[in-house]
This record gives sequence, C-alpha cells and structure tokens, in this order.
Amino acid sequence: MHKLIASTYKEFLLLTRDIGGLAILFLMPILLVITITTIQDGTFKIIKETKIPVLWVDQDQGEIAKTIYEGLANSQTLALIENTSEANAKELVFKGDYQLAIVIPKNLSIDLEQKVNENVEGIMAKFGLEADSIPPKKTEIAQKEVRLYFDPATQYAFKSSIKNGIDQMIAKVETQSIYKAFQEQLGEDSSQEFFDTESFISFKEIVPEGTTDALIPNSTQHNIPAWTLFAIFFIILPLSINMVKEKNQGTFVRLRTNPISYATVLGGKTLVYLGVSLIQFGLMLGIGVYLFPSIGLPKLDISGKIALLFLVAFFAGLAAIGLGLLLGTLAKSQEQSAPFGATFVVILAALGGVWVPVFAMPSFMQTLSKLSPMNWGLEAFYGVFLRNVGLTELLPEITLLFLFFIATTILAIVYNNRKNTV
Amino acid sequence: MIKINHLSKKYKGAEFFSVSELSLNIDEQEIFGLLGPNGAGKTTLISMLSSLIKPTSGSFSINGLTYQEHKKELKQLIGIVPQEYALYPSLTAFENLSYFGSTYGLKGKDLKDKIHNHLETLGLSKFAHKKISTFSGGMKRRINLIASILHEPKVLFLDEPTVGVDVQSKNVIIDHLKKLNASGTTMIYTSHHLNEAEDFCTRVAIIDNGKIITKGKPSELITSHQEANNLEDVFLAITGKALRDYA
Repeated sequence: MHKLIASTYKEFLLLTRDIGGLAILFLMPILLVITITTIQDGTFKIIKETKIPVLWVDQDQGEIAKTIYEGLANSQTLALIENTSEANAKELVFKGDYQLAIVIPKNLSIDLEQKVNENVEGIMAKFGLEADSIPPKKTEIAQKEVRLYFDPATQYAFKSSIKNGIDQMIAKVETQSIYKAFQEQLGEDSSQEFFDTESFISFKEIVPEGTTDALIPNSTQHNIPAWTLFAIFFIILPLSINMVKEKNQGTFVRLRTNPISYATVLGGKTLVYLGVSLIQFGLMLGIGVYLFPSIGLPKLDISGKIALLFLVAFFAGLAAIGLGLLLGTLAKSQEQSAPFGATFVVILAALGGVWVPVFAMPSFMQTLSKLSPMNWGLEAFYGVFLRNVGLTELLPEITLLFLFFIATTILAIVYNNRKNTV
Repeated sequence: MIKINHLSKKYKGAEFFSVSELSLNIDEQEIFGLLGPNGAGKTTLISMLSSLIKPTSGSFSINGLTYQEHKKELKQLIGIVPQEYALYPSLTAFENLSYFGSTYGLKGKDLKDKIHNHLETLGLSKFAHKKISTFSGGMKRRINLIASILHEPKVLFLDEPTVGVDVQSKNVIIDHLKKLNASGTTMIYTSHHLNEAEDFCTRVAIIDNGKIITKGKPSELITSHQEANNLEDVFLAITGKALRDYA
C-alpha cells in the first residue's frame, strides 16, 4: 500500500510539473466541446432563423408552380430568387454561389391537370357515372420532372431534407388536383371546399419525461456526453507518452530492478489519471451548466443525475486508462504511441457513434461498434442524459467498461512480465 | 557472495554471444572490476546479474539466492547504478530519492534521514529541492548513486558510475563507494577509466568477446606483464590496439 501511495504521489508530481501538458489536458476538451456545440447549435439556428437563398426557375408559369413557390416561400428556411434561365441557374449553383436551384418544367400545371382529369374521367366511366360510360382515350403525356441542381459541396442531410420537402409539396398538389377533378366531374362548384384535403394523419414527437418536466434534447445534451467521452479517451495519449518517457529516461529500468511490481506502478498511474478524467468531466458539466447559457447555447440539464453521470465517467475513465496502460507498455517510442493513440481514439469515437449515429451505419460497422468501449460509454451517457435511466439499466455498459479496463491492464502486465521477467 | 556458472547470453538476431560460458566467483566485500573494450559484454553481464535480461544459458546466485526462486529478496539485496541517469528530470532530487527509496519499503523519518545523510556526504544538501533537470552531469551522477544505495544493498552493481563527470565529482563518488565497501557492501564495477579501476578495485577481470581473458588483483596483473607499468598497459597488451567500433 505504501508503494502504491508513493507511486501515485510521484505520478501526481510528474503531471502537475508539466503545466503546459496539464493545461492541454483540461483546456483542449473544453475548447472542443464549446466549438462543436457552438457550430452545431449555430447550424441549427441558421436553418431555423435565417433563410438559405435558392434559385427558382419557373418554366411552367401555372398553378402548380405557384403552389410549390408559395409552399417553399412559407417554409421559413428558403429565400427564393427568381431566375429565368435554367442554364444560368445551373452555372451559378455549380460555381458555389448558391446551394440549390429548383427548375419547374414547362407545362407542368397543364399536363398534370390533363392527366388527372383523364384518370378521374376513366374512373367515373368505370363506375357508370359518366353519361356515355365509355372510358375516354388517354393522351400520351410525358412524365414531368422537377429538376434540382445542388452545389456539389452540399451536405447529404440538407439535400435529403430539401428533396423530402419538395416531394411532400408535389404529392399534396397532386392530391388536391385529383380532389378538384372529382369535384368538377361530380358537378360540384370547385371553388367550394367539398373534400377536406388536409392530412388526416399527423405525427407528434414524444420525449421521455423526467420526474417533473419533460426533457427536450438539444445540441448541448447531445454534445456534452459525446465529446466528454472523446476527451476522456484522449487521456490515453498523455498516459502512454508518460510511460514511454519513463522507458527513455531510464527510470523504468531502475524500477525493474527495484522490488516494486509493475501492477503497483500502473496502479499509481491509474489513480492519478482517473482523477484527471473525473476533474475533466466535472469541468465539462460545469461548462454545460454555467458557461453555455451565458454564451447563448442551450443549458445542460443534469438535475438529479450527477451521481449516475460521475459513475459512468468513472468507468469510462477506467476503460480509457486501461487502453493507455496497454499502449504505453507496448510502445517503444513517442513516435509510436502518439500517432497511434490519437488515430485509435478517433477510430473508437467513429465506431462508438460520436459522429454518425450507430443506427445509420452499415450493418457490419454496427456490429463492430458494439466492440467499441466508446459506444458503451456513449450509450450509458445518453441513457442518463436523454433517457432518464437508473443504475440497473446502466449495469451492462458500466460492467463492459470495467471488464475492458481489467482486460487491457492484465494484458499490459502479462506482456511486461513476459518481456522483462528473468 | 556471487557465483556465476557458465553464463551465456546471445541477443535475438545477433551473430555472436555477448557473454559466453562465463564462470566467476566474487567474494563478500570485494570490489570487483569488469574491464573490457566496447561490446566486450560487461553491461550484458551486469544486466543479467541485476535481473534486467534473461541469460541464454548457465546460472548464477547472489548470496545463495536465485531470481527464479527468491526474486523479491534478491531485489531487496542488490542495488544497481545504471549507466544512464535513471531519474525523473521534472522532480527534485529529494522527490526522486524519496520515490525510489519508498520502492524498497523505506518510509517516514528513516527515509528522510537516509536521503539527507547521503545528500550531505555527496555535497548536494543545498540542491535537495532543485529539479534534476537543472543539475550538471556530475550532480546527476551523484543522485543516481544515492537512488541505488538508500536501502543499503549487500551487493551493488556499478555500470560506469563516473562516466562524463568532472574530477571533483569523481573523487567524491569513489570516496563514498569506498566507505560503503568498508561497511560491508560487495561491488561489481565496470569502467573505461583504468587508472580509477586500478586504485578502486580489489580484483579485476578483463573481458573480451564475452569471455574472461584474465583476472586477478590489479597489482598482480601488472607484475605478471613484464612491460606493463599500469593496468592500462596490461589491458592494451591483452585486448590489442585495434578500434572496437560496433553497431
């Protein structure tokens, strides 16, 4: 025990003597979480509050184009700029001046009306409601396409939301045209509302409820757990570099000749770096709760969750430290440990779902993600932050994190003993 | 005190044995010098005796104990002064010594007193709370030595303990080692300073290509070589004047 305390104190001194390293250890994760949350929140606000300029080329000049135009103009997200030439609009978009150009084809309104009328007449004839009851001959009308020109740099998510929006609008216009045609065929006054054309089925987003208020997930609630976990795992870099330095300084050789076990040496490192990761976590929570609201970002809601959050951080920290100890044991130089450590953390984060949600990954990657300790940590954090889960529900994830720490530390000790024991 | 039987070491991928079938007995309280050109096998031998590397074949015991059976006791019994400064540069002299002393189970007042006594003897008291990174080579060498003797080892391995230090530091180190020897510590010492070895060692062995070429008291070796005036003459007569560069 005395040797463990001495090792822990030595690690504490080594860490606190490197002021620059210590600052990086605490400030970089804070900078990271502020930057990412500001960007994501900003993007959200831009989409919500400012309009994206979009070129509008109306070759139809009919009712359909007018309806789509009004629908898009009222959407709060797009500012339509009229342009008469499709070629010019295309050029401007491909140059990157605009994100999108929407081209409504010629005769869209006339052709759609004709197509719908023919279809409705055909149906009425089949039911024997038409005077002659002979289905009218159908005219050959070419299929119409609304052309969307996207800036090649446009992100997939934006493209997808625009396409969905226009698709919904066209579907609504088509439905309205069909109702109108029926109304006319039935001899009703088309200016009067005969059919209710509004959607019968709508959707409502239900969020998990806390003890008192409903929890509304926001960019802070998503970002703090993800990027805090990322920062916690980045501890493998200074930890493995610390171990490689000991090898290069010759102090590791001295320790090998001294009557102190490798497990005790690693124990000292574990305690100090675990303390660092918990302080890091506390700072991140503090940033989310106190700093974010003062800089216009959503406040982090941690009410009633602090104990569980620190429990998850404790086990996530252990898992990260286990990995750091293994890397530090295996690596022979900083040139090996630093780039490998940094890249490996990014890979674990990607697999863990920090950037792209696991459900959106290909099935093979989804399976792989289940092996990432960052995925276990993230699931546990999301559980506490967003799903209001209790200790029992957290047990699978924190057990996995703890087993990961045990496995990596044992591997480090076994490797060291096999390599160095006489 | 130390019994070595047919000890050999061949590193992975190496063409030759670094230490080959070496046998040697070192008595209690001897200062035994291992002398030899670069690559002769001195450091390899000391590394095996101090449990840093595994022998390829052969065996040895220290005070009747082997690492296979009494690892913990043996580590408590020996001390090693490595060739490199095996110290934490960002910690102070006191913090370094305090940590290394505690790895031997020393603690409290006993540890503090031992640190202060050694620092005093080696002229470093006033630098106790300065960081190692600010020390000169000679000062680091002295701290390196203290870190290895705080627990009063029975056997001390010294791998070039005075390399790269000024004459003053060298004298202080050698004097301190002589006092330790007088109090009962057996020493195995390697150096390229043959004059120092001639004065310091009770017995020496000249090693080349992993084998002992000759051994005996320095004075006996000098008299046994007719044209030799000192140990360096003996050394050159035995090992030759060709350069021993290797990589």
